Amino acid sequence: MSQHHSSTAQAYSKEVQFSEKTMTEFKNILAKYDSKRSALLPVLHLTQDEFGHLSDEAIVYVAKLMDLSPAQVLEVVSFYHMFHRHPVGQHHLQFCVTLSCWMNGSHQLMKSTCSRLGIRAGETTADGKFSVVGVECLGSCGSAPVVQVNETYYENLTPEKLNRLIASCKDGEPRQP
Amino acid sequence: MSHSTSLVKKTSHGANMRPMAIEQQPLTAEKRLLLEHEHVPGINKIDVYSSKGGYEALKTVLKNKMTVDAIVDIMKKSGLRGRGGAGFPTGSKWSFVPKNDGKAHYLLCNADESEPGTFKDRVILEKLPHMMIEGMIIGSYAIAAKKSYIYIRGEYTYAALAIEKAIQEAYQAGFLGKDILGSGFDHDMYVHRGAGAYICGEETGLISSLEGKKGWPKLKPPFPAVEGYLKSPTVVNNVETLAAVPWIIRNGPEAYAKFGTEKSKGTKMWSVSGDVNRPGVYELECGAPFKALLEDCCGGVRGGKKLKAIIPGGSSAPIVTAEEAYQMTLDYESIASKGSMLGSGGMIVLDETRDLVQVLKNLSEFYADESCGQCTPCREGTGWIEKILHSFTEKQARREDVDLLKNIASNLQGRTICVLADSIAMPVESYLKKFPQEFEKYLKKSTASGTRV
Repeated sequence: MSQHHSSTAQAYSKEVQFSEKTMTEFKNILAKYDSKRSALLPVLHLTQDEFGHLSDEAIVYVAKLMDLSPAQVLEVVSFYHMFHRHPVGQHHLQFCVTLSCWMNGSHQLMKSTCSRLGIRAGETTADGKFSVVGVECLGSCGSAPVVQVNETYYENLTPEKLNRLIASCKDGEPRQP
Repeated sequence: MSHSTSLVKKTSHGANMRPMAIEQQPLTAEKRLLLEHEHVPGINKIDVYSSKGGYEALKTVLKNKMTVDAIVDIMKKSGLRGRGGAGFPTGSKWSFVPKNDGKAHYLLCNADESEPGTFKDRVILEKLPHMMIEGMIIGSYAIAAKKSYIYIRGEYTYAALAIEKAIQEAYQAGFLGKDILGSGFDHDMYVHRGAGAYICGEETGLISSLEGKKGWPKLKPPFPAVEGYLKSPTVVNNVETLAAVPWIIRNGPEAYAKFGTEKSKGTKMWSVSGDVNRPGVYELECGAPFKALLEDCCGGVRGGKKLKAIIPGGSSAPIVTAEEAYQMTLDYESIASKGSMLGSGGMIVLDETRDLVQVLKNLSEFYADESCGQCTPCREGTGWIEKILHSFTEKQARREDVDLLKNIASNLQGRTICVLADSIAMPVESYLKKFPQEFEKYLKKSTASGTRV
């Protein structure tokens, strides 16, 4: 996947370390499981929340915390779509492209968004504000088409609603259009 | 004990989140057992849920010190079958767990709802979390599990948060934790978020993922009931299956089995999308006519168009022609008699204008993307199918490609660890068999010359 390494790429520190609060959360997560390795997915979510993406340094750090090799962590990271190896935009637009959304025009919405932002699917804008990707079924088939911006679903999209959504992202705070 | 996870952070986004909308009032064609109180404001909260008979089933089980055998017997008598896709009898599944083997046992709730066309579990997760939690505690008691996990797909953040809250309420009410209701039964329940991988909805893939690995399915046997999570006896049940448990205990297995057909008991939740006027989630008695779902619930085909075909049970289900669909009733047997399957109940409706080669191409992209890569026939075959279908839509298909597609589809089936390969192979065969004219249309337009090398 091609990425524009924008200013956000420099935003993370080489010194990867959890804050005290995150370290407490990490310990709470471990307590839920009868094997340490079982905590890997939630720990990776936690790490990505903390640092924005899972850099080489973050993977080495998690491997140490989890008593695993970096390779064992990397093979898990690369298996799951939600983990990012590179920084994504501040507003990460994930268009569902599977059947019910596709039948309701999701591809056109994604295409028009890309041309409006001047990027291709899989890329981030130069200012680091937006990235666009196509993703598989989000379980929103009855309220298709859907775009997920970071964690939040925006359903029953129309071109007008999508315009309002992107405008609200530009203003800093995405809103249900 | 703390239940805080990274999810708590995400409440800051909460203002933008909203539960999915479904029809607020039951329709006459519906038979709402699970969704009976879905429209009641605040039903996601424990006090409202309890005021509608919630947690009565759990109290009945624990206060009467019901035996494991008695609970399994109730489930068997109810005829409840797994609602995730495979349709395996729930009581039998529970009965396979060894007794008094001294090992830890686990119950895993499969909330990895990822099958295209399927969004019914979301309603339970977001709006009726306590019904599922109550079912999980009863199921855990029946298989002597001290811990259970809800494996929820990573994208369902709103739902995960709703469940986290409901679990906290259940702890506060004494339905989780140590010595539940003075029964001596201890149980802890946790939410475990996936991270975006369709294959983790396959029960052994789910187990691998919960173990902190890639979501690679495992060879069976051994079955999870004997050797599952951390090599311990494990039951994996779908959200809708577990949510049916309290109703069955409360009303008795006979009351549940009174609904439905001989082999398909009770009700089924259907999530309908595609070319209909009112897409959504509807609960109908098993054996209800397809027409009741399409017309009475969904308001018929969108734009007054005619029906071309349906995909009845999630995108893995072979396609059913309009003619077959109108003869069909909504139960395991009737749908199987049309060469398809009830599956997850994720129905996609296709009107007369839909190009089925394009539809199949879209689905082939999904399966090629989501193949976990473990088995060669699936890793390679799903990609080949995708490429050949692309050659059709790009007017580069050759006449022999139809046979090539059939050949690949046939070689994929039964040759892999899990059924992901079958899940695209069976649709490919059905589209070719039932709608050959759609492929012929592209062959006539093709500009390809010569033969493939």
